[in-house]
Formats: sequence, C-alpha cells, structure tokens
Amino acid sequence: MIRNASGLPLLAAVLSALAILVVAPPCAAADGLRVENPWARASVGTARPIAAYLTIHNAGRNDDVLIGVETPVAGMAEVHKIETKDGIASMGPAGPVAVPAGASVRLAPGGLHAMLMSLKRPLKEGSAFSLTLVFEKAGRIEVSVPVQGIGAKGPPQ
Amino acid sequence: MKGARRRIAVVASSAALAVSAAIFAGWWQVDGPGAPSALTVGGGAEKIPLPLSAMDFELTDHRGRAVRPSDWIGRPILVFFGFTYCPDVCPTTLTNIAAWLDDLGEDGRQLNVAFVSVDPERDTPEALADYVSAFHPRIVGHTGTPEQIAGAARDFRVAYAKIQARGNYTMDHTALVFLMDRTGRFSGTIDIHEDRHSALSKLRRLLGITPIE
Repeated sequence: MIRNASGLPLLAAVLSALAILVVAPPCAAADGLRVENPWARASVGTARPIAAYLTIHNAGRNDDVLIGVETPVAGMAEVHKIETKDGIASMGPAGPVAVPAGASVRLAPGGLHAMLMSLKRPLKEGSAFSLTLVFEKAGRIEVSVPVQGIGAKGPPQ
Repeated sequence: MKGARRRIAVVASSAALAVSAAIFAGWWQVDGPGAPSALTVGGGAEKIPLPLSAMDFELTDHRGRAVRPSDWIGRPILVFFGFTYCPDVCPTTLTNIAAWLDDLGEDGRQLNVAFVSVDPERDTPEALADYVSAFHPRIVGHTGTPEQIAGAARDFRVAYAKIQARGNYTMDHTALVFLMDRTGRFSGTIDIHEDRHSALSKLRRLLGITPIE
C-alpha cells in the first residue's frame, strides 16, 4: 500500500522529466557553454553554400572543443575557416575548434563559420532553421538561426 | 703565414656559405615553400595592378554586354574578384561595398563597382545578375571565358586557384577591393577586415572629396 502510494508520484515524476527532455525547446546552453547571436544570410537558390555565424561563450571551468555542426536544411555541414595570406583568401575545414574555459569563440565573417552545403531548400529572409553544435564534453547544443537579408552584416538587432 | 692561411680559410668558408645560401634561395623560390602554386595566375602580393589603359582583356557583364578596361576610365572604380559560390568573403565584401555606396550617397554616384568572377564555369552572366543585384543595384557582375578571366587577373595581379573539396570545388582568390582612380591608375586597396571609417576615407580620397572636419 505504502509502496503503491509512493510509487505513483515517483513514476509521474520520471515520466514528466522524460516529457520535458523530449519536448523541451531548443536549448542554447549546456555545461557552462552558451551560444548567442546566431545568424545567416539568405541563400540565392540551393546550389550555393551558406555560412552561419554565432558566438560561443564558455563560462564553465572546463575547456571544450567544437567538433561538428549539424542541420536538417543542408546535405552537409562543417565548420570552415577563412585564412588570408598576402591578400589571398582561402577556405577549408577548420577541424576541431578549441573553446577554452572562460573564453568566447566567434564564428564571424572573414574567420570561422558553419558552412552549410547542398541546401535542401532555399533559406529565405525572415525564416529560421535549426543548427546543432556538437561539443566534445558539453554534447549537443541546438540553436535556431534567423535568416537575414543577403546584404546583412550581423545578427538581428 | 698563419694569418694568410686563416684569411684564405675565411674567404673559402664565406664563399661556401654564399653558394649554399644561393642554392637555398633558389630551392626556396622554385621547389620550396616560396614556390608559386601551379594553379596561381598573376603576380605576387608585392605587385600592383597595371593602369587600366595598359590592361588588355574583354569581359561580359551581367547584362550580357562586352566590357573592356578602357570602358572604366573616366570614373573611379572599385574592382573585386570573387565567385558567387563563395559563402563568406564575397558576400561580406559585397555587403561592405553596398554599405559604402549607401554611406557615400550623392557623393558616391560617380563611383563604378565591378565584381569579376574567378569561377566562369558556374558564374554565367545570368547567375551573376541574380547574385549581384541582391546586394546593390550599382554593382555590376563580370564573367568571361577562362582565358578572359585569366587575362583580367593577370593585369590586376590577382591570384586564384580551384580547390577540390568533397566532390565539389571552391576557389582561393585575392580578396582585396582594388581602387582605381578616374584616370585608370591604381590608388590602393581595401581589405575585408578594414573598418568602415578607414574604407570611407579611402573612398572619399578616391572621389576627390575633402573630408568635412
């Protein structure tokens, strides 16, 4: 009797916790990591790749590493880096990106970006898409990226 | 006797050093890290664009018209080499240029802007038309045959190279905005990390506008 009485609330608690995990809105923070100001420019069609930008703050005590990005809107997504030498810009996969404790890492024009290739649909101004950042320790952080005009310079004000 | 021998030894060893330095310098420039990439066209970073009057190429603009460098003489012009499949440097630079044009307003109405594709394979005049007009109606896109693009790059001393990536390709390219004055002479560059204030003062100088203090 006692077992039943205490068992039910426990089950309810477990179920509601599970429900929260399943239906929780996109979470932009985990383990001291915070992802802020995501944005991307609108695409012209679907063939051209698009760059998404954001800032990662690591307020925790542990260093972390950004190891990948995922999004349902692109056939392939990868963190890329622009390097400029003697005025010549070249772009390629950035590899793992260190996010040291207490530091912020910016994915910004002319530096790092989440490169979205083989878009599945055009990214229209005013819409938004989901982007998941995968960290070595903090795991996955999902953000909603607002799509700005093609001539945008930064995140929505 | 001892002194003479030492002198000979010094001369011999410095000669040997000079020879090895020359060999090393040769290797550096030809096969070593200083070697130019096989795909690179145009000159090194120390070289500046020729005057427009000395350039010799023809391109097609996004409206399908033939354009020669001499057509650009008479008004100051900004020339930027890029490609429309470029996700970061090109849209950022074209966005900056659009903002400069808006900031200059009436003062900038003389200024021409040419975007030259280094990727003629994908950037047809039609593809360019869709692309450049999204940034600013005053930006004119240019493309051509691979030989025509190579000619324009050679005269502007621009480097570009096709880089294979994941079954697709991207382009490395000189990402400077070239400023040519109304007589067609090179007057400077603006790069992607330059702030708005510095860019605008270069443009005002190019346009012959005295800054209001």
